[in-house]
Amino acid sequence: MSILEISNLSLSFGGVKALQDVSFRVPENTVTTIIGPNGAGKTSLFNCISGFYKPQQGTIRYQGQPLPGSIKPPKRAALGLARTFQNIALFRGMTVLDNIKLGAHVHMKSGLLSALAYFGPARREEMAVRRDVEERIIDFLEIDHIRRQPVASLSYGLQKRVELARALAMQPKVLMLDEPVAGMNREEKEDMARFILDIREEWGVTVLMVEHDMGMVMDISDHIAVLNFGQVITEGLPADVQNNPEVIKAYLGNSDIESLRKKLNAEGEAA
Amino acid sequence: MRIGDAKQSYEADEAIWTSQTQKLWLGFFLLILLVFPFVVDSYLLYLGCLVGIAVISTTGLNILTGFTGLISLGQAGFMGVGAYTVAWLSINTALPFPVTLVLAGLMAAAVGILVGLPSLRVKGLYLAIATLAASVFLHFIFAEWESVTGGMGGLSLEPAHLFGLTFQSDFMMYFIIVPLAVLMVAGARNVFRTRIGRAFIAIRDRDISAEILGINLLRYKLMSFALSSFYAGIAGGLFAYFYRVVTPESFPLSMSIFYLAAVIVGGMGNLLGGILGAAFMTLVPEALKLLTAALTPFYPNAPVFMSPMLEIIFGALIVGFLIFEPHGLAEIWHRIRRFFRLWPFRN
Repeated sequence: MSILEISNLSLSFGGVKALQDVSFRVPENTVTTIIGPNGAGKTSLFNCISGFYKPQQGTIRYQGQPLPGSIKPPKRAALGLARTFQNIALFRGMTVLDNIKLGAHVHMKSGLLSALAYFGPARREEMAVRRDVEERIIDFLEIDHIRRQPVASLSYGLQKRVELARALAMQPKVLMLDEPVAGMNREEKEDMARFILDIREEWGVTVLMVEHDMGMVMDISDHIAVLNFGQVITEGLPADVQNNPEVIKAYLGNSDIESLRKKLNAEGEAA
Repeated sequence: MRIGDAKQSYEADEAIWTSQTQKLWLGFFLLILLVFPFVVDSYLLYLGCLVGIAVISTTGLNILTGFTGLISLGQAGFMGVGAYTVAWLSINTALPFPVTLVLAGLMAAAVGILVGLPSLRVKGLYLAIATLAASVFLHFIFAEWESVTGGMGGLSLEPAHLFGLTFQSDFMMYFIIVPLAVLMVAGARNVFRTRIGRAFIAIRDRDISAEILGINLLRYKLMSFALSSFYAGIAGGLFAYFYRVVTPESFPLSMSIFYLAAVIVGGMGNLLGGILGAAFMTLVPEALKLLTAALTPFYPNAPVFMSPMLEIIFGALIVGFLIFEPHGLAEIWHRIRRFFRLWPFRN
């Protein structure tokens, strides 16, 4: 069953067609990856699903229900659509712990008056969130040593991990990751790949990911959709996508694999 | 020196005052506040009350500008709403003063929500201009709606009464103003331990991501405006009871700038900064006057030279702070604390 179904989605900014008639599906409890060259429309697609952009045409169905434009981003977050951002979007004025707790915002209820007094429901709720965040997320992502630090002082890899933690605190059903391993070293990438697989297997969360690192994409994805110039070229299993001539053309600008291989070999010998 | 910092429960880890030493200092500070009115002269008592009112209003503006990132030039206007509400209620009704104060806060909060409505669309300097317009508009209402506000002449009110006590002297007012200031700062601190405070900071740091993470921007921006103007309304109400006369000129635009300066000099997004900034902005002009008086026996001409210089020196001090201490007075305090963290050992 597909937890997310995109049908005939079109989005344009003036004359620029960011997405044209995009259709694909995200099967439940899989790692589904969208790949494609820069500017193919991957992040635009994420923004449509988040509700930040309003597509001119097409529908997005989530858990079988349509997601019209009238369902605003905060509501979508409450429905279980969580995401991270391509350029890390942590809140610099807060500690790691507060950033993660912020993710739980939609699942909390305490109002202004009880917050002012920090008594009764507000206090109990904060404590419950703290416990949940500590025991379920901070422990799992191995970031307990930095919980009191301001996020600005962290390395890039750790910031990405804190962002993942914040998205997990939203108790997502679909976790959208925008380039989760971009700019990471090998060790950090392997950690992140392990976390993503664990999130799918142990937490039962569907992961929808945009990523350029082909090694990782082919290793951990169950399902891949390829986007180029705002259109879906193909979707399917990693092995099928890998050998699709259209995909190779989109990435390398040439569909003749044999001649490419020869060219690369020749260059290898010359070097 | 601080040792044995391990916590046994999340409750203990989330507490504001985590060590015995901190609690001891806090108790000491509260004791000073309590003893203060009994040992100082009437001038210092007067200043103490002024600082208390300024702390409440600055804390309010800090919530809005420092924590939520919404610049407002309407603070004096909101204080005016609170002051006029108190004045009108105490003249025309028999409500006890705690009720009129709370109503003043609520009235200001309601006006704050109205003024805050444009904040969903405009931010930064544009919002500053929108709130400036609102403050001009409020000033106009204070001056022209004569049947309610008494026009340019303003309103005079009786001192506050409660349980047979009359809060006429500065001494009596001190015991309303300062406990309220402590309470309201504590309330603000509590807000920033909860989801609401986190939402405010998230809006300041990255409003678009905050929305995608589930924060309803309009709701929380307006909540910040309401809370901030509630604080301003209470401060204005206390102002009315303190001076017992309210005129349109009690709340000029320069007062809004005064509070904005207090927030910036103290440290934006830092509650301690708001307190220090309020004290600094209130006390430094007075200290400069005292300095002039102290110099007079040695230089008989000192008042002639100094009085036009006071404003300039005050301005220069503010500029100096912005250059050398851009994170505000609170940062100086944090440095001192860091120094003593492991004292007498080196860090």
